[in-house]
Amino acid sequence: MDRPIRVLVAKPGLDGHDRGAKVIARALRDAGMEVIYTGLRQTPEQIAEAAIQEDVDVVALSILSGAHNTLFPKITKLLKERGADDILVIGGGIIPEEDMPFLKENGIAEIFTPGTPTSAVIEYIKQHVNRAV
Amino acid sequence: MVDKEELEKIKRKKEEWEVNQRQKLLTKFPERKKDFKTSSGIEIKEIYTPYDISDIDYLEKIGFPGEYPYTRGVQPTMYRGKFWTMRQYAGFGTAEESNKRFKYLLSQGQTGLSVAFDLPTQIGYDSDHPMAEGEVGKVGVAIDSLYDMEILFDGIPLDKVSTSMTINAPAAILLAMYIAVAEKQGVTPDKLNGTIQNDILKEYVARGTYIFPTGPSMRLITNIFEYCSKYVPKWNTISISGYHIREAGATAVQEVAFTLANGIAYVEAAIKAGLDVDEFAPRLSFFFNAHNDLFEEVAKFRAARRMWAKIMKERFNAKDPRSMMMRFHTQTAGSTLTAQQPDNNIVRVTIQALAAVLGGTQSLHTNSRDEALALPTEDSARIALRTQQIIAYESGACETPDPLAGSYYVEKLTDEIEKRAFEYIKKIDELGGAARAIDLGYIQKEIQESAYRYQKEIESGERVIVGLNKFQIEEEPPKGLLKVDPAVEELQKQKIAKVKEMRNNASVKKTLEALKKAAEGDDNLMPWILDAVREYATLGEITDVLRSVFGEYQQQIIL
Amino acid sequence: MENLEELLIKGDKRAIARTITYAENYEDKAKEIIKKLYERSGNAYIVGITGPPGVGKSTLTDKLIKNLVDVGKKIGVIAVDPTSPFTGGSILGDRIRMQDLSQHPNVYIRSMGTRGHLGGLSKGTYMAARILDIAGMDYIFIETVGVGQSEIDIVKIADTVVMVLAPGLGDDVQAIKAGIMEIGDIFVVNKCDKEGADKTVVELNMMLDLDEKKDWRPPVVKVAAQENKGIDELIDKIDGHKSYLIESGTFQERRIERLKMEIIESIKNRLMKDIFDKIQEKEFSSMLQQVIDKKIDPYTFADELYKDAFN
Repeated sequence: MDRPIRVLVAKPGLDGHDRGAKVIARALRDAGMEVIYTGLRQTPEQIAEAAIQEDVDVVALSILSGAHNTLFPKITKLLKERGADDILVIGGGIIPEEDMPFLKENGIAEIFTPGTPTSAVIEYIKQHVNRAV
Repeated sequence: MVDKEELEKIKRKKEEWEVNQRQKLLTKFPERKKDFKTSSGIEIKEIYTPYDISDIDYLEKIGFPGEYPYTRGVQPTMYRGKFWTMRQYAGFGTAEESNKRFKYLLSQGQTGLSVAFDLPTQIGYDSDHPMAEGEVGKVGVAIDSLYDMEILFDGIPLDKVSTSMTINAPAAILLAMYIAVAEKQGVTPDKLNGTIQNDILKEYVARGTYIFPTGPSMRLITNIFEYCSKYVPKWNTISISGYHIREAGATAVQEVAFTLANGIAYVEAAIKAGLDVDEFAPRLSFFFNAHNDLFEEVAKFRAARRMWAKIMKERFNAKDPRSMMMRFHTQTAGSTLTAQQPDNNIVRVTIQALAAVLGGTQSLHTNSRDEALALPTEDSARIALRTQQIIAYESGACETPDPLAGSYYVEKLTDEIEKRAFEYIKKIDELGGAARAIDLGYIQKEIQESAYRYQKEIESGERVIVGLNKFQIEEEPPKGLLKVDPAVEELQKQKIAKVKEMRNNASVKKTLEALKKAAEGDDNLMPWILDAVREYATLGEITDVLRSVFGEYQQQIIL
Repeated sequence: MENLEELLIKGDKRAIARTITYAENYEDKAKEIIKKLYERSGNAYIVGITGPPGVGKSTLTDKLIKNLVDVGKKIGVIAVDPTSPFTGGSILGDRIRMQDLSQHPNVYIRSMGTRGHLGGLSKGTYMAARILDIAGMDYIFIETVGVGQSEIDIVKIADTVVMVLAPGLGDDVQAIKAGIMEIGDIFVVNKCDKEGADKTVVELNMMLDLDEKKDWRPPVVKVAAQENKGIDELIDKIDGHKSYLIESGTFQERRIERLKMEIIESIKNRLMKDIFDKIQEKEFSSMLQQVIDKKIDPYTFADELYKDAFN
């Protein structure tokens, strides 16, 4: 794929900690991707809508407040309803191991916890993004 | 501090040492790395001697504890008198559960309460608001009305404890609720001890729980200053916070600089609102982070105290010494904790807590080892508290004030941090003050640059984080993490419904309308908010009234 | 996607999104679609929004959208941000200020990186505008960062160009006037509640008065986008400019000019693609080595590549 990968970096919910999201956004940019950053306090509906309008390859969600089990599946559900479930959805933040199976069953391809190097996220995206266009 | 002749001798001797000792050794054994620097990028020399601090006037810049410029501490006896307040931030789920945790912590020897609120509460949404979905009770306790607040402090005598509340945008409402609970316990407001964070500027740049635009937010803050100076005189009306600025990625120098710049903005706003500086300034308090770079951190605390004293005295002409004393709370750095080998975090927290104590903090929260994974369990929270107790009772660090004073290295660092932080403040002044600099995205940009640099240093291995990018092991995922019961949300919704049924809705409406009118005018809003709170108007209802008048803040994104 | 064309005509957001992705990456696919639906286009009014960074263009656009959807209009937005010439990546951050409206059924917002395209527009902007036009938009806003003459392509694509400034740029207005005076059909001084706004307005008017040759004297509108002040007046001025264009016959001229640009743009893109596809086939690097070794000169090398590409 010679076109740049397009990624929506989104912060669902009320969590205001955006250090991680912003660091990731910049790292993805520096890896040659086009990054659309949504800012704080996004509803699942807004995130799904943005992903569709921007026709992104990847949605990267960041949350540290513990609301991931509610909000992440809502986003993947909305994408699916609109036929956009070929978008790779990944998540990051303070997410306990025991929640991961549930999130993966609900369409979150991978979860990155604190301490993950940005290079690992970049590599994961490059290997797994696979949208038919 | 040493006479000239002596200095010359030291200088000569150092040059000899450089040639005869150090350089010789270096040819055989080079140093571990090319550059030695603190987290703020301050270069660290091969050795510090009296020569390095010869230009620091002891009486003018260091002095004595309890005296201007307070470099050595704000009280004359410091921890020889009494230890700092050990104050663990706690709160989750419902008011009932948090109340239990508070009572447990008090029984374990904790001396002050610190309330964490959930995000909907911090952003002024009731638990039944659509935006609150999934967030209720997660990072703190959910408070929807006075009813929840009564439960939260049930059986805790508010004239006996001091309570710190991490609440910003709706601080006036939560403070009003606290006052109202005290009233019901028969405690008058003048007996209340505690702190509200009430620091909106750092929310815009680092923490994200803002509601209203800058102007009305500053008004609410000065309203609280004024109200408390009259009726709640022992209350710390603001906790000007560098903690979150540091967590967002700032360096130690930036933490001091941006926090004090925000402090200056609050003082200016209050003076502009007609308050006398010595009327409110003694109740200003601060909140800093404690990181791993032990000596830089100690120097940071000392520099911050000295700078604030100077700012208050020279810039704002404060006369009351209490206006010049920087009292601060410290929390160890959450962002330094690793999810990998979480027990290592206990050691990190110990170093950080020691830095805070050597830096002369007035109160301290030590993080729990599992905070990179989830909310702390009771076991982890206890170890964290024990860490403070060991430092207090066993380490010997508390037996004399400011024990690191006079260290050539620490004094030099203190001076350097002060210099660099004042340069930032000058730049912010040139931009038109902290609020304007935030509008322009200047402060955000500076913080992000540091955050990104830090991340890159870790990834390149230039900065070693034990267990993360060096000395890793294969490990099992940790078990027994604390989980908040998702039923909390439903429970809170039921409570709101109950409150709305039980209260006098006509009175609620009346107080809310009165509040709206007051908000449209120039009145101090505290009495109006208190009226609404007493009638059990919900946090969301009160905030909505203010939203309708003030509008909402639009985030500035700088990437 | 099935029935992409049908969905596009209906204004389906996913269909629009995908077709614009084609325009950005797989031009031929986008061309096929536009060829079939070209007749349907030509109804949208294109407004360029440009100005230096930090003056509040996105917030202004957000408020323009809001006021226009309230009266039933369909709006498409293309927000262009520069792509890093070093990494090829970009952060597209304008959407953030329009997030609230993006869920409105009559609003579509797309962020695009310039991807090495010069002139301030992104590769594929002409096509993207055409696609939004086909999808039934009444207005298309194209937002670009512009600080001088290097980003003037916005003029060629828009019917009306709104140049946004803000107080506090100080001497910058003087410095960039050469670049901006020619570009704007309407000037906005945003954040007009801030100190220095009136001064900026006066300065602008003085500069605009100097140019007496024009029969359209660009108005200067005071706006506080954040507070939704002055937006109605701005919309009036945009409509006023449209009327002027139509009455003076300039409208048709501009549109013909735009068509020319669109055609030239397409030829350019195709040429570049053809040549570079061929170049990739040839062993570019080994030939380059000959240039480095001074066996041939760069211009002979370029001529050869060009000739080969057309053989």
